[in-house]
Amino acid sequence: MLNFTLWDILSNLLLAARWTVLLSLIAFVSGGVAGLLLLVARVSPVPPLRIAAKLFIEVFQGTPLLMQLFIVFFALPLIGIETSAWTSAAVALTLFTAAYLAEIWRGCVEAVPKGQWEASASLAMTFPEQMRHVILPQALRIAVPPTVGFSVQVVKGTAVTSIIGFVEVTKAGTMITNATFQPFLVYGLVGLIYFALCYPLSLSAKALERKLNVAR
Amino acid sequence: MSPVNTSATVRPLVKLSAIRKSFGPVEVLKGVDMAVEEGQVVAMIGRSGSGKSTLLRSINGLERIDGGVIEVDGECVDPGQIDLRALRQKVGMVFQQFNLFPHLTAGENVMLALKVVKKQDKAATRAAAESALAKVGLGHKFDAYPSQLSGGQQQRVAIARSLAMAPKVLLCDEITSALDPELVAEVLGVVRKLAEEGMTLILVTHEMRFAREVCDRLVFMHGGRIAEQGPPAKLFDRPSTPELAQFIGMVEAR
Ligand SMILES: Nc1ncnc2c1ncn2[C@@H]1O[C@H](COP(=O)(O)OP(=O)(O)OP(=O)(O)O)[C@@H](O)[C@H]1O
Ligand SMILES: [Mg+2]
Repeated sequence: MLNFTLWDILSNLLLAARWTVLLSLIAFVSGGVAGLLLLVARVSPVPPLRIAAKLFIEVFQGTPLLMQLFIVFFALPLIGIETSAWTSAAVALTLFTAAYLAEIWRGCVEAVPKGQWEASASLAMTFPEQMRHVILPQALRIAVPPTVGFSVQVVKGTAVTSIIGFVEVTKAGTMITNATFQPFLVYGLVGLIYFALCYPLSLSAKALERKLNVAR
Repeated sequence: MSPVNTSATVRPLVKLSAIRKSFGPVEVLKGVDMAVEEGQVVAMIGRSGSGKSTLLRSINGLERIDGGVIEVDGECVDPGQIDLRALRQKVGMVFQQFNLFPHLTAGENVMLALKVVKKQDKAATRAAAESALAKVGLGHKFDAYPSQLSGGQQQRVAIARSLAMAPKVLLCDEITSALDPELVAEVLGVVRKLAEEGMTLILVTHEMRFAREVCDRLVFMHGGRIAEQGPPAKLFDRPSTPELAQFIGMVEAR
């Protein structure tokens, strides 16, 4: 049996952690864009759009991320769409992130006083103009802390993609454990890596929140 | 109901016909007819809940009416109407709570709709905003944020923001009710000046002295209807309905 030094283990985990980071970034950025579209649909004056967005959000919030991943990975090929582990992971996490961000942001939009809608409507602004120039700039301010806070959930969410064979840091940990028989050490390191990624994010979410409260 | 002295030759600028509005099972406007000519200053008075705000807000489509027709300077709006942009360009509105955009300066508040809705260029927008703010005596506050202004100043910016859009009629819903007493006069002063310059105004107000001095006509609303209307002096001194007599007694007792 081969001998693994601590550095061997750690360097392999760190290499795999790049994919955790990349997948998190992709999910967060594309989920953010999709979430913004979903948000606009969710608060729009067009009932079918509102209902469709609400349904989407509720389905993705009401089912486990793991199920969503299975559906993208196993079910899409059945209807002829081939998906790799990598694209499945990215797609599932993007949709998951979009649903949650849209709902977080809806709360922020609803925190903008009704008078802001009425004043801008009275100035003959249309819904997109109101959103763009009056509502979103105000909602954005309060949206920053919970959005950064949610990014922690995205990073942790990437762990489930190990199940469909995507080699991010959790999957790498399993593979290394199978070779080294040192689960405590390996998973301990995996945990530390997640913590190193997530802790700065939660810290900055808290700091932003404090800053915002002071600014009021 | 007393006859209204509207000349038959002039087409009214604002014409409300049989306006109905319900919130759920409660009918708040029960068929209101009203005509306002260009340059007229009309004050609506009445007890809390009599439908003043609802009527005012229906004139620019903030409340969707259930029946009747609203006509402003040729723009017709009935209950089915979706596109209110043309109407709203002709009707300005000032609110009790100012509703300035807090993330924009006074100048930007005034310029926003000029840029976005009227698609004016930068120079024209800036010039219009400067002159609108100057008109309400706040030319020097162009770069101040709403949070840096007193309530009276904020309300004057809100008036400037509406005026800059060059509306045909300005609606004001209790625009001094949220102000400290010492700030009321500066806002009423601006409204008085607008009235003197011939702006068409429809006001909901509890400032009876102001209504009496400035308005051409008083509209007394009661239970979702116009119970009585006419020249302020007549309504105050010789109310013809017991409801109005009681209302005036109540107001004067305060
Ligand atoms: N959005 C709404 N939903 C339900 N009921 C409403 C709504 N807006 C107003 N009402 C009701 O309609 C009636 C008339 O309200 P409105 O605001 O027009 O009265 P008002 O004459 O302006 O009173 P006030 O002097 O208190 O401002 C009230 O009974 C009020 O409770
Ligand atoms: Mg009212």
